[in-house]
Formats: sequence, structure tokens, C-alpha cells
Amino acid sequence: MAKTAIAVDQVSVMFNLNNEKIDNIKEYFIKFVTRKLRFKEFWALRDISFTVAKGERLGILGFNGAGKSTLLKVIAGVLKPTKGSIKVSGVIAPMLELGAGFDMNYSGKENIFLYAATMGYPRRFTESKYDEIVDFSELQDFINVPVKNYSSGMRARLGFAIATAVEPDILILDEVLSVGDAKFRIKSEAKIKSMFEKGVTVLFVSHNTDQVRRLCNKAILLDKGTIIALGTADEVCDIYDEKVKKK
Amino acid sequence: MTKYFKNFIKYRYLFWEIVRKNVKLQYRDSVLGIFWTFLQPLLTTLVLVLVFGRVFGKSSEGVVSYPIYLLCGRLLYEFFSQATKRAMRSVSNSASVIKKVYVPKYIYPLANVGSNFFTFLISLLVLVAMMAYYMIFTDTPLHITPYILLSVVPILVLLLLSIGVGLILSVLTVFFKDVEYLYEVFCLLLFYMTPIIYKLDQLDLKGWVSLGLKANPLYSIVSMFRSCVLFGEMWDWNWLYYSLGFSLLTVAVGMALFYKKQDKFILYL
Repeated sequence: MAKTAIAVDQVSVMFNLNNEKIDNIKEYFIKFVTRKLRFKEFWALRDISFTVAKGERLGILGFNGAGKSTLLKVIAGVLKPTKGSIKVSGVIAPMLELGAGFDMNYSGKENIFLYAATMGYPRRFTESKYDEIVDFSELQDFINVPVKNYSSGMRARLGFAIATAVEPDILILDEVLSVGDAKFRIKSEAKIKSMFEKGVTVLFVSHNTDQVRRLCNKAILLDKGTIIALGTADEVCDIYDEKVKKK
Repeated sequence: MTKYFKNFIKYRYLFWEIVRKNVKLQYRDSVLGIFWTFLQPLLTTLVLVLVFGRVFGKSSEGVVSYPIYLLCGRLLYEFFSQATKRAMRSVSNSASVIKKVYVPKYIYPLANVGSNFFTFLISLLVLVAMMAYYMIFTDTPLHITPYILLSVVPILVLLLLSIGVGLILSVLTVFFKDVEYLYEVFCLLLFYMTPIIYKLDQLDLKGWVSLGLKANPLYSIVSMFRSCVLFGEMWDWNWLYYSLGFSLLTVAVGMALFYKKQDKFILYL
């Protein structure tokens, strides 16, 4: 039996909807005095359990609001589950949406080091990967230009290049392969496939079932915070496609 | 505890990267660049001397030079206010990262105080330059004694205080954005409450008002700094006890508050 990379055990996440966005004292005070601080509970995830073995590629499917992003946040360790527990072994590299971790005034080169440090990698390690990152992102001519002048495709390319070059144990891809031109999409898919051979574990969120079928061997389908299907990528994609047709 | 320590060791690179970034970006695109670190305190001190020199400068004539007296206070105050303001905004400014990647969040306020501390150390050269100028070209007495080496102590206490206050503010702003505007006003008040442009004994205050002004930890820190840099003498030990105690307390409160609330940040960012 292969080693477990991620074990999600009966995880539930609850948000207090009313309580969520009171960001000034006046509002808080008024609500407090008038006792309107009601707690409308919203369970984004209910009782989710599954395991991902090392080297497995899990596709996560679901319509908007099904809880995909919340699940990824819990796995990435940014959000603490209300109930249940998560065990993750190894380094996680999340692919931020369109380079959310970049500083816009910083050049591409400087951002490479900042981004890698955010994932906990030392500068010397990043230096050894630097050429590889620049080559893969094809940004040689723009690497000293501030990122604010990059197009969104260029930012995505740079972000992808960094997240894959650092050789993480677990790679989280949140609808990132849908950006960039066709050429880069093919290239990045090939890159991910080459990482499979090194035994990387992948969590892949997408609405594109063709991509999930191609890249993943396992999938789960979320709906309203619960898992409604769990199985091989093909099985789950079939169910998802059927659901799409019904709607 | 060791777990937290190990985590910090792992993410120390992030700390240095943010410090590096802040320092690099601060004066990027400006023609004079890092030179502004010297020029800015020099010019603002000049303005303050022009405005307040006649009123407050007289009594120090013959003892110390008023511009140097003023610069000492202003440099320390400026570091404190800039560092705490940067730290205050640091967590909410890094929302996009905090929402996606796990990072020890206290790195952000810490690194922002750190980068301000770095520029502050550079700006101290202005003080050195100004003192040299007065020594060579004027006959205003300077009291440079070995005590000047002790100026490291008030600077470190100030660093500690900035970290503590920065941590507390960074937590509060996540939940209440109002804190940002309130703190802006508070800093203005603090500027006048701290003896930067005046001397406390010059004002002839009695009772509660004087006590209130002395309760300000910046008063003790600035006084200690001036004792060893300007007057070349040992400070009043009560200043050290008070300001160090106060700073350690804010750091403890800041750490406890941060630790208790950090899991909720993501819901409010």
C-alpha cells in the first residue's frame, strides 16, 4: 500500500454568515447593542472524509459554491476546520490564481525569490532553480520588468513555473490550466505529467472534465458541501457531465 | 514551543525577503533613491527648527544645539510611527497570500518593523553628519563621551516596543478597519506628547499633566537616547526600567492576541 499523502477525516467547516463582514466598530457596536449579532450558520463542508495516497492525482469537481475552494483552503492549512482533522505529509505548493502572491512593483526576477520564500524555500535553493524557472516561463526578455506590466498570461506562466520547479510533494492546481494560450497549456500539461513520474501528488480543481480525465486517476464530486461521488476519474466525470446536461 | 521555533527557522527566508523587498521598493523610481533616507529627516528637521526654533530653542542655547536635540527625538519618533503603521497594514495587505498559502502570519508585521528598522539605522548617519558639522564649524558644545555607545540600549527598547505595538495593531485592523484612521490621529498626538520639539522641564507642568506625559514610553526612550548621545551622561535608570517593562508587556500582549486571533484572520480579510 502506498503512503498516504493527505488524509481528510470527517472535516466540516462552518461560517457565521452574519458575523462575517463587520469590519468597523460602529457597525459592530450597533449590531451588538440591538442584539442583531445573530449567527446564521452556513456549512460550507459537511463531514468530508477521503484519503489521497502519495503519487495519486485527485480531481475535484463541483459546481460553483459546492465547497471546492473551501476544501482546498483546509488542505493548504489556511483555514482551520470547525470539526474533524487533516493530516498532510510533505511540502504543499499551491498555484495561486494568476500570481496572487506577487508584488506588482517588484520585477519578475525578484518575485521568483519572494514567491519561493513564501512557500518556505531558502534563497540558495531558488537560485539553483532560477534558470529552469525562467526558461519554462519563457520570460527571459521581461524578467527585469515590474510584474505590474505583465499580461495576465505572463503572470500565470511565471506562477506556474515557480510552483512546479520547486518540486513540491503536493501540488494544488486551482483552475490554473485554463489560462494561458494553447501552446502553454500543452506545455504545462506535459510538465505536470513529467512530475507524476517523480511521484508528486496532485489536487486538481477544474470544470473541464476532459482535462480531469486526462490528468487524474481519481476524482471526487462535491455538491453543497458533501461528497456525492468518489471513484476513478472517468466514473466521476461521467456523473458530473450527466448533471451538467440535466441543468 | 519548539514547534513554533522550528517553524520560524523554516520561514526566516520569507522574513528576509520581505525586509529586502520593502527596502528596495521604498525609494524605487525616485531619482535620489536611498538618499532620501538622509534627506527626508534633514529637511523635516529644518522645517521644525524654522517653526519652533524661536519658541523652544532659546533655553538650550549654550548647552546643546537645538537642531541636534530636535533631530534625535524626531528620528526615534519617525521610526516608531512608520514601523507601527507599516506593521498595522501588513496583514491586511498580504490578504491574497494568506488566503491561499500557509505562512506564519506574524512574519508580516515582524518583517515590516524589520525593514523600517533597517532604514532607521541608515538615517542615523544624518545625526552623525550633523554632529560632525557642528563640531567642526561651530563652537556649540558637544558632549561626546563613552556613554554614546550605550545609545544601542534605547534603540533596542524602541525596536521591542514597535514590535509589540505593531503586532497588536495588525490584529486589530483585520477586524476593525477604523483602527487605521484612529491610529493616524493618535500618532499626531504622540508627536506633540513626546518631547521632540520642546523640553519637558521647559513647560513647567504640574501634577497629572506632567505625570501623563512621562507615562509615555517614548518619553523615557527618547530621554535615554539624548542622555548618552547629547549630554554624554548616564541616564536615569527609572527610564530604562519603565520603558523596558512597558515594551515587554506590549510584546507579550501582542503575541497573545495574535496567537489567539490568527485563525480567524481569513474570515475577515
